[in-house]
Amino acid sequence: MSLFAALNSPVGRKALTGVTGIGLVLFVIAHMAGNLSYLFGSDAYNLYAHKLMSLGALFYGIEVLLAICFLLHAYLGIVITIRNRRARPQGYKKYRSAGRPSRLTASSRTMIMTGVIILIFLVLHLKSFKFGTYYTVEINGVEMRDLYRLMEEKFQDPLYAFGYPMVMILLGLHLRHGVWSAFQSLTLTSRKLSAALYPLGLILGIGVAIGFIVVPLYIYF
Amino acid sequence: MTIHLRVWRQSGPDSPGFLEDHTVTEANEHMSFLELLDVLNEQLIRDGREPVEFDSDCREGICGSCGLMVAGIAHGPQKRTAVCQLHMRSFNSGDTITVEPFRARAFPIVRDLVVDRSAFDRIIAAGGFVSVTTGGAPDANAVLISKADADRAMDYAACIGCGACVAACPNGSASLFTAAKIAHLDFLPQGQVESAHRALAMVDRMTDEGFGNCSNHAECEAVCPKGISIAGIARMRRLYLMGPLTAKAQ
Repeated sequence: MSLFAALNSPVGRKALTGVTGIGLVLFVIAHMAGNLSYLFGSDAYNLYAHKLMSLGALFYGIEVLLAICFLLHAYLGIVITIRNRRARPQGYKKYRSAGRPSRLTASSRTMIMTGVIILIFLVLHLKSFKFGTYYTVEINGVEMRDLYRLMEEKFQDPLYAFGYPMVMILLGLHLRHGVWSAFQSLTLTSRKLSAALYPLGLILGIGVAIGFIVVPLYIYF
Repeated sequence: MTIHLRVWRQSGPDSPGFLEDHTVTEANEHMSFLELLDVLNEQLIRDGREPVEFDSDCREGICGSCGLMVAGIAHGPQKRTAVCQLHMRSFNSGDTITVEPFRARAFPIVRDLVVDRSAFDRIIAAGGFVSVTTGGAPDANAVLISKADADRAMDYAACIGCGACVAACPNGSASLFTAAKIAHLDFLPQGQVESAHRALAMVDRMTDEGFGNCSNHAECEAVCPKGISIAGIARMRRLYLMGPLTAKAQ
């Protein structure tokens, strides 16, 4: 059996979902930290964004890598779900979780739904910000993109100010199961480490959701 | 005690099924759930109706023949027991209990609560064995095995192949079963010789049988009458993914 066949098997697909997922979690944490620089004023935020965009080839390289992670993660999630649905054509009239040590939660059962919503959100999000109005501002004699102004403008709209936080709550829900699940898919056999990593998903999920929600609400109110 | 049952009835693999209501008034808390069904069946036979079909054999929790969804949980609400060891003291008089067969595409319904679990046999046939002639009994300490490894092999060998893991899994995945059958051999030197081939063959067979994929819900571990850990699934995945690299060497 070739390595490609192993990676394209259900086990391999899950492992790839885990790898791309961990990559995306790291991105999300970095993005959230970047967003929080908004709270330090317009210069701090615009300088941070400018510095990122001035990285040149490295910046574009990371963008390409992220795009691959996003697309592969979404594709795998969808094909895995389709196969799983087929595995039980007739559902139960009555079904409930047996409780601990089960990790069946609202979060684990809705991964495909939260995932698809985040994917749709991502397209709209890129359209509004990355490919949104290009304002410019001059800081210390350097002309750069005024993302601070764009953000301030967008989040005046209640649709953005409240829609964005709602999607971020769903992202938190996705991470609650996803973080731990990624390690399990990547063959983490240590029961102790596994038990320790499970709460990390919850902490990261809540942390990331709050971190992203703070800024839009700060702008709106 | 009086127990109201909503039991799945289905006359054949292709006929539509439905939930049928029955009341058993002669139940008592010392009965196992299967004995309650026996009482129900006697009642049905007296009334000249078809009894409810279900599987059972040893009725002491070690053979893996019985298996029902009781009140929405595989083997019922009591932890670490097969449904034959689930006693009526776990319920209250007057309760309404829904009883359904284990459902999965790979477990087609034969009749009523009986499902065909031969897909499990085919997974075992794909590689769940050690293909060497054993000869006479070897000396007790001829092959040294650490206590820790022997214990772990035994933990996985406790799998009775009942199929509750598949039934409880939202994806109808047989990962816990397959993982246990791989791990109980893989912890021992006799099993390690064929370890990579075994993992590849059994996992591929599981996929071909139409079982779903593991989403790490861990619901299987919660319903497993033997409490088998999903750490075994992670182990199976590692053997499988390393397979293409290690299988050639063997």
